[in-house]
Order: sequence, then C-alpha cells, then structure tokens
Amino acid sequence: MLWIACPWCGPREETEFSYGGEAHIVRPTNPEAASDAEWADYLFMRKNTQGHHREQWLHSAGCRRWFNVERDTMSYEILSVYKVGEQPPRGDA
Amino acid sequence: MKYSFLSLVRNGLSYHENWARQWRSPSPKREYDVIIVGAGGHGLATAYYLAKEHGITNVAVLEKSWLGGGSIGRNTTIVRSNYLWDETSHLYEMSLKLWENLSQELNYNLMLSQRGVVNLAHNLGDMRGISRRVHSNRLNGIDAEILSTDQVKALVPILNTSPNARYPILGASLQRRGGTARHDAVAWGFARAADARGVDIIQECGVTGIRRDNGQVVGVETTKGFIKAKKVGVVVAGHTSVLAQMAGLRLPIQSHPLQALVSDPLKPILNAVVMSNAVHAYISQTDKGELVLGAGIDAYNGYGLRGSLSVVEHNLAAIVELFPIFSRVRMLRQWAGTVDVCPDASPILSKTPVRGLYFNCGWGTGGFKATPGSGFVFAHTIAQDRPHPLNEPFSLGRFTTGHLIDEHGAAGVAH
Repeated sequence: MLWIACPWCGPREETEFSYGGEAHIVRPTNPEAASDAEWADYLFMRKNTQGHHREQWLHSAGCRRWFNVERDTMSYEILSVYKVGEQPPRGDA
Repeated sequence: MKYSFLSLVRNGLSYHENWARQWRSPSPKREYDVIIVGAGGHGLATAYYLAKEHGITNVAVLEKSWLGGGSIGRNTTIVRSNYLWDETSHLYEMSLKLWENLSQELNYNLMLSQRGVVNLAHNLGDMRGISRRVHSNRLNGIDAEILSTDQVKALVPILNTSPNARYPILGASLQRRGGTARHDAVAWGFARAADARGVDIIQECGVTGIRRDNGQVVGVETTKGFIKAKKVGVVVAGHTSVLAQMAGLRLPIQSHPLQALVSDPLKPILNAVVMSNAVHAYISQTDKGELVLGAGIDAYNGYGLRGSLSVVEHNLAAIVELFPIFSRVRMLRQWAGTVDVCPDASPILSKTPVRGLYFNCGWGTGGFKATPGSGFVFAHTIAQDRPHPLNEPFSLGRFTTGHLIDEHGAAGVAH
C-alpha cells in the first residue's frame, strides 16, 4: 500500500487516490497539423520507466485535485510530490 | 531420452538418480541466425517453432536469470479461447488447438485439464455481453454455451446463487474446452524440445544493448559479451519497454504488478474455472488441491514484483461473496508478477521500424493461454520477415492507423 502525500491534504492511503499515468505529456499544440504518427505517440506511446517515473495522481476520495508524483517503479518509494504546472524538484531522470 | 512409463520404471530402479538433464547449458556462440531475448514460455515456444516449422536451428534464447522464472512460472494457469473479436478469437483458438496436442508433441506432461471455464453474469448488462460473446464464439467455431442460474448451480454447487446475494448470478457462459494447465511444465517442455532440435538456451545472460547498423539489427550486447545476429525477437513481457528503449523504440506498453494467491490444499471441491469480470475475480483448484485466485492489476506502473494489499482484499472479498464456503480458507502464498499491458488489451506481435527486430509483447494479464500460439505465429513472423495471417492485425502499426482490437472488458480480460 502506497502512502501518498497530497500537496493539499497531506499524507493519505493509496486507496483514496486514482492513478493517472505518465506526467508531462503535452497535447499536440496544433491538432489539425499533427500526423497520425504524432497522435499515436501522444495517445499511446509511454516511457514506462523502470526506475524514477513521473506520474499523475488524483486525490479522488479527498480534495479531487490532480498532482504529480515522482516514484521509483522498482522500490515504489515516492521521491517527491509537486503540483500540476510545477517543475519536478529533482532535475534528472 | 523419450519419457515413457518404461523410462520411469527404469529410472525408478536407480532411485531417480540417473535422469539425463533436460537441456544443455551451452556457452554462447559468436553468431546466431536468430536470437530470442527472454526464455519464458513465449520465447521458448518461438524457438521451438522456429526449429520445427521453419528449420531454423541456429537459434539462441537468452535469459537474464533462469529459464521460466518470470510470469510463466507464477501465473494462474487458465487456458481458454472465448474472446469476443474475430482477430483475438482466431489467435487464441489456434493456441488452444495447439495445447490440445502439446503434451504428446513435446513428450512432456503439461497436465492440460479441460475442466471448463465459467464466466459469471451478475446483471442484465453482463448477461447481454455474455450472449453476444457466446454467439460470436460460435460463429468463429469456438465452443461456447450460455448457462442459466440453475445450470451454473448444477455445475458449481458451492457458488452462492441466492437472489439476495450482493452479486446475484443471473447466468454464465461456459467454454468446456477451457481449463488449466501446468504452467512451469510448458516452459520446460518447450525448452527440452527446442534444445533437442539444436537451440541454445543461455541462462544468466542479460541483454544490455541492441546493436544496430543503419536501421538493421546486427546483434545484442549481453553480460556474456556481444553476440551477432541478423534477427532478434524480443519476448520479455514486463520488461518490454526496457528493451525497446535499447533499440530507440517507443511502445504503448505499461508494466503493472499483477497479484495472485494460492490457498492451503483442500479436498476436491471446485471442478471448473470460475471467473467474474464484474467483481473482478477468478478462481480454480489445482490438482494438488490448492485454490488459485487472481484479480486485476494494480493501477500504478511497477516493476517491483509486489502490489498493494487493497487489491488483494478486494479480490478476496469478491471470492468470499461468491463462495461463502471459502471464508475460512487460509492462504498459503501471495505474490505479484510484472505484466505488460497494452492500451487495447491485445498483444503486439510485430515487426518494428528496425529491420530484423521483432517484438512479441503486450499480453498483459492473459498471455499464458496463448503460449504455443504466440510462439507459432511469432516464429513465422521472424522466419518469413512478415506476419502470419493470424498475427497480422496485431502489428505495432495499429496504434497509428487506429485499428485497435479492443478486448478490454468485451471478452472479460480477467484471467
């Protein structure tokens, strides 16, 4: 069971949250001009990192706000939590 | 050596101390015609069919740890082919047909037990979904039946079929040819048969890089040095993205933990595989008597071979609701594997933008049943450098063209 620190509500159990997958995926800025391959990349292709993974979580049974988490997908350790729109506190990975 | 009653008696007389090793442990050669990365069920099956169907025996199967140590050795052993869409039905049905003769073909007891797979319906929507799928199965030549509540009760008397149950059972689909098989034996059987045809199975040989020259594969870097090959097939399930990154590819795969449990051995009580997609649980009883239970994946990405307890609790709550008699059964073990989930819950068996590099992945939570079929069509794809008609729809290109094969929920992707 993960123990996730919501930036607004503080640490809560994983069951209060929903997982939102990889973070920092940018929607094509000019949708009409995007090719099928670009759409495929945006919609489906994922890093699926083994190691430090930046991902989105929703505090669905709490404040119902989205935020970002950097988590190790091997140890499941949560390395940092930061709000949507913010840059990750740790630059690498 | 051929396994038979006679060989069993002969070896019994020498206290089973003189059995020959089932496969060699060769050092890697400098070059192979084909390298398969990953000695799991699908990888070994691929090597076997490359040798048997295509006469390509200069093949190495590279395994970073030990043979059959991944999901083939820790899955919930269910075999069936009652999928909804034509593409998937044909692929899994071909696989099931291979299963039906595989013990004889490999001279290895895979303990295939076609005891029937029951998919429960708990509401009108489930019931409609089930009848749609049963009819689709029949049109594709796959055995399928719709059961009423009474028929379900007659088949599995310990199910709670009371109309007052939290999840009342309105009916079910039944595939009688579905069932279970001994999971690890499949890996061993394919390994032994592939080895006998000259395939080198090289264990403790992790791939660290995929060397390319001008868009063409030239070999793989491994912990035992560089090995040359013009064709490389990657069949590494949960670690697909790691290997894809080595080749500069982006794939639509997400690795998730998938948990399962096994109970203390009990006397025979459950004679079919029972699955329920609505409550997300499935259960069967092994020949040894243990109940094998599974649920859905953990929502988050994870390679850590463990998941969260909440998923197990949810699974057990559903099982106890369906089978009140199991409420005091003690669980013996609980574990997790890493599964490679595709957005449309269908596998990828495909060529890639890199020439000579092939990927077989995305089986997610249900690859076990497909082991022989997957190997068969993937061997064809590698040998002929073009897909078999059965795996043509499962190309990587479908994510660009939009021709997804959306089996999510439709066929009950619980396994």
